[in-house]
Amino acid sequence: MRRDKQESQAQFNRRAILLAGVGGAAFTALGARLYSLQILEQERFRLRAVANQFNFRIDLASRGNLFDRFGEGIAINRDGYRLQILPEQAGDPRTALDRLAAYMPLSEARIERLLDKIRTTPRHRPVLIAEDVDWETFSRVNLHLPELPGILPDLGEIRTYPHGPLAAHVTGYVQTPPPSNDDAPDEVRNLRRQPGYKIGRVGMEAALEDRLQGTAGRTTVEVNSSNRILRELPEEAVPPIPGEDIRLTIDVRAQRAALLALDGQSASAVTIDLATGEIMSLVSSPSFDPNPFVLGIGQEAFNALNTSQFRPMFNKATTGIYAPASTIKAVVALAALEDGVTDPGERILCTGSVELGDRTFHCWERRGHGAVNLHDAIKRSCDTYFYEVARRIGIDKLGEVARRYGLGEIHDIGMSLPDSADGLIPSERWKLTTRGERWSTGDTFNAGIGQGFMLASPLQLAVMTARLATGRAIEPTLIPRDEPIEFAPMSTNPAHMALINQAQRAVVHELGGTAYWVLDAGRRLGDPGVEMAGKTGTSQVYSISAEERRQGVREQADLPWRLRNHGLFIGFAPYDNPRYAVAVVVEHGGGGSSSAARPARDILEDLIRRDPGRHRVRPVADRMEQARNGSGGSGAAEG
Amino acid sequence: MSFFTVSAPRDIRSKLFEINWTFVLLVALIGAVGVAMLYSVEQGSWNPYAIRHLVRLAAGLGLMVFVAMFPPRFWMGIAYPAYLGALVLLIGVEFMGVTVGGAQRWIDLGPIRMQPSEIMKIALVLALARYYHDLPEDRVSGLGGLIIPAIMIGTPMALIMLQPDLGTSLLLAATGAAIIFLAGLSWWVISGATVFAAGGIFIYLRFLIEPYQMARIQTFLNPEADPRGAGYQIQQAQIALGSGGSTGKGYMQGTQSSLDFLPEKQTDFIFTVLGEEFGFVGGMVVLGLYALLLANCVLIASSCKSTFLRLAVMGVATTFSLYVFINVGMVMGMLPVVGVPLPLISHGGTVMMAVLFGLGLILGAHVHRSAEPPKGAGLFG
Repeated sequence: MRRDKQESQAQFNRRAILLAGVGGAAFTALGARLYSLQILEQERFRLRAVANQFNFRIDLASRGNLFDRFGEGIAINRDGYRLQILPEQAGDPRTALDRLAAYMPLSEARIERLLDKIRTTPRHRPVLIAEDVDWETFSRVNLHLPELPGILPDLGEIRTYPHGPLAAHVTGYVQTPPPSNDDAPDEVRNLRRQPGYKIGRVGMEAALEDRLQGTAGRTTVEVNSSNRILRELPEEAVPPIPGEDIRLTIDVRAQRAALLALDGQSASAVTIDLATGEIMSLVSSPSFDPNPFVLGIGQEAFNALNTSQFRPMFNKATTGIYAPASTIKAVVALAALEDGVTDPGERILCTGSVELGDRTFHCWERRGHGAVNLHDAIKRSCDTYFYEVARRIGIDKLGEVARRYGLGEIHDIGMSLPDSADGLIPSERWKLTTRGERWSTGDTFNAGIGQGFMLASPLQLAVMTARLATGRAIEPTLIPRDEPIEFAPMSTNPAHMALINQAQRAVVHELGGTAYWVLDAGRRLGDPGVEMAGKTGTSQVYSISAEERRQGVREQADLPWRLRNHGLFIGFAPYDNPRYAVAVVVEHGGGGSSSAARPARDILEDLIRRDPGRHRVRPVADRMEQARNGSGGSGAAEG
Repeated sequence: MSFFTVSAPRDIRSKLFEINWTFVLLVALIGAVGVAMLYSVEQGSWNPYAIRHLVRLAAGLGLMVFVAMFPPRFWMGIAYPAYLGALVLLIGVEFMGVTVGGAQRWIDLGPIRMQPSEIMKIALVLALARYYHDLPEDRVSGLGGLIIPAIMIGTPMALIMLQPDLGTSLLLAATGAAIIFLAGLSWWVISGATVFAAGGIFIYLRFLIEPYQMARIQTFLNPEADPRGAGYQIQQAQIALGSGGSTGKGYMQGTQSSLDFLPEKQTDFIFTVLGEEFGFVGGMVVLGLYALLLANCVLIASSCKSTFLRLAVMGVATTFSLYVFINVGMVMGMLPVVGVPLPLISHGGTVMMAVLFGLGLILGAHVHRSAEPPKGAGLFG
């Protein structure tokens, strides 16, 4: 018994030691695992702990301002009260928004949209409820803030266009970017998610986006596991760099004068300073107010703009293309003189029509102009004369000269233009390759009076006018050039230039000129008064058929609006010392002399009276520099 | 009685004199680590965890010494009644238990809520120890002596599994197996049973188990999974430990802990707070304290004259060491997430009291190591 007991105790001890050994091995395994985690892999886990602990908050940069040439703000920022909701603090978002609706108008549909947005946003990320809240509502909400958990009132910047429609097509507007696709880098997607983040959608806002936007800063914040911000680390903050302030060449007052002159018609006008190539005004009428677009224009208002037959959203001045019609006659005449196919003294008989094979080509003056020389042909816009000289020059030579004068190409004015804005200068090869037909003499006839295939935008016509006026290869721009620019002289013979411009002066100031009577019998511009030169044009939209003629449709006014001819006018002033050039196109305005000449003259007269071109535009001092120097980027600019 | 035999102390004064102070000191040190960590978990606040832990530790140490004063024959006497009582309570929770985290574990007795499974862990150890103490030596190693222990282990296992709490149920099985092994089961039987069990488990998992049962086993293993997923918990726990590095981020400087990335940091995941703030060194010190305590238990066990005390000590020590191993293994990602606290350090009243009660039995075994209660000794026998 005793022996058994001792034996039993010995066996117990053996087995207890064995079990302790197993335990020891298990603890050793724990120690080994601990060693592997804390010693071998500590760097990896340390980084992950830091990634857990810190996050970044994006601080949007203040967008750069756009000014006109005199420093008048045309696209600036103002403070706007905003209301946001932070879902993680708001409890049930439905209840939170319903509570808020007691203090501000919040439609059911709006609440539904916000709830959708809240559902798809992380709970720690604020969601924008309303931008640009009026002060009364904002203060009311602030007063009741204790009853509105999760509602965050704050101050944001709102892009504003103080002159409303005056420069809408130049500035364009900013908008909330559309949801970015998933393959965009995280940084871009984060930025786009920021409440109040906007990007330029059209116009200079879009073209200058990179310079205007600035660089968003970021604040390092410590977050907890639910991503709530616990504290900021200002010492590690990267301040935002405000966007660049940029001055444009346009003059707000010239814009206003141009829009007034166009009088709400579906029309456009471009004016160019002949000394610098700076665009003084660029308007497309009727214009629109870009301000509602910033905060989201309502569907109804947008549809109204979008479906209007006057197409207010469309920039007709740069992208509308029209047959240049008779406004091109000066260029055709120059080509003829240069080619030696005619001389200024040669007279060509206009009987009112020309037979070509089995086709009849009419002069706009059915009774005929009689025997006209070059001066009279331009002054009275004789089509017959230009049919003949165009035939002599040939389309390819004509096209070459037209290109030299700025047609058929896109001018880099600092705004991105669609490819279609290059218009069209036809050639023999062009017709063969695109239409599969041979070029005919009839096509040349039409090209000689700027009809047929030929297409140009008002901007191109303004450039053509500028080059005709100065004999220099003027390049237009909306962004002031750093250095004064001396444009290269054109190869045109100055004597030819003088002849052409005398004739274009006669259009306005001589009895018999096509714009003489409509421009008040050649009244001089301004006081004491300067002379101008110009050319009318009528771009045919619809040919009145013989059938319609029999039914009594004789006049343009008898046709529906959209079938009437476009009226065109190009001009420059002063005649003896050219300073400003203008091109006007009035869609479906009837003949050029009746609809486009007056607005063009009024626009020139405003420029002649005020002479805004005297004011040299320099780029605005770099705001980034200001910010770096610590003076703050408040947006206050000199000028 | 041999010449060297020292009789067990009879009066309180001589019993207190026999107390193993190294053992008490180790327990108090580990408990103090718990207080310090719970103070840190709340970023330097005694409320709500640290102060309660401290009070419980003090009370628990008192309980431990108090328990140690009872003679072995007292524990032998109540072993079977306690076991039966615990069984009744386990059945009771099926009908009137409070549901916490999907499993019925608590029984509400007015001011006290208790977990019958905690009682069962100790009661089973006592009952098995008593059974083997009474069993004639020649029957210990054979198969015959295995039937009653198997029933004694299997019944509470099944009841606890119904709660459902597979973790605790397996803990009971492991503890029971350790006692049977230490009691002297023959190696032949052990080998045979191992092969048999392994084969059975293999066939069950390979051929008989239905997919939904497999999924249910996963749920059993992890009944209290955080809604954000056990994977997230374990990842964050490992980030906390790993980023602690060799010496840690400093007391109360743990970012994973203070920024709430750690789940259940005051209870099951407290070891990660320790690892983050004190690093590898801190973790090893605590593991070392546990190892010293357990080594002490083995020494105490082998110094005991009676089978009852030896087995009771080793049974409690096995449960204790399994707690530590499973908890630390779990937070380090070696074991699945099962709700097992780190004894003496995790916050939680019932477990603390149960653990210190068990340790009281071990301390008492040391005090009464020379006692040799006869087979079949009762409470008053």
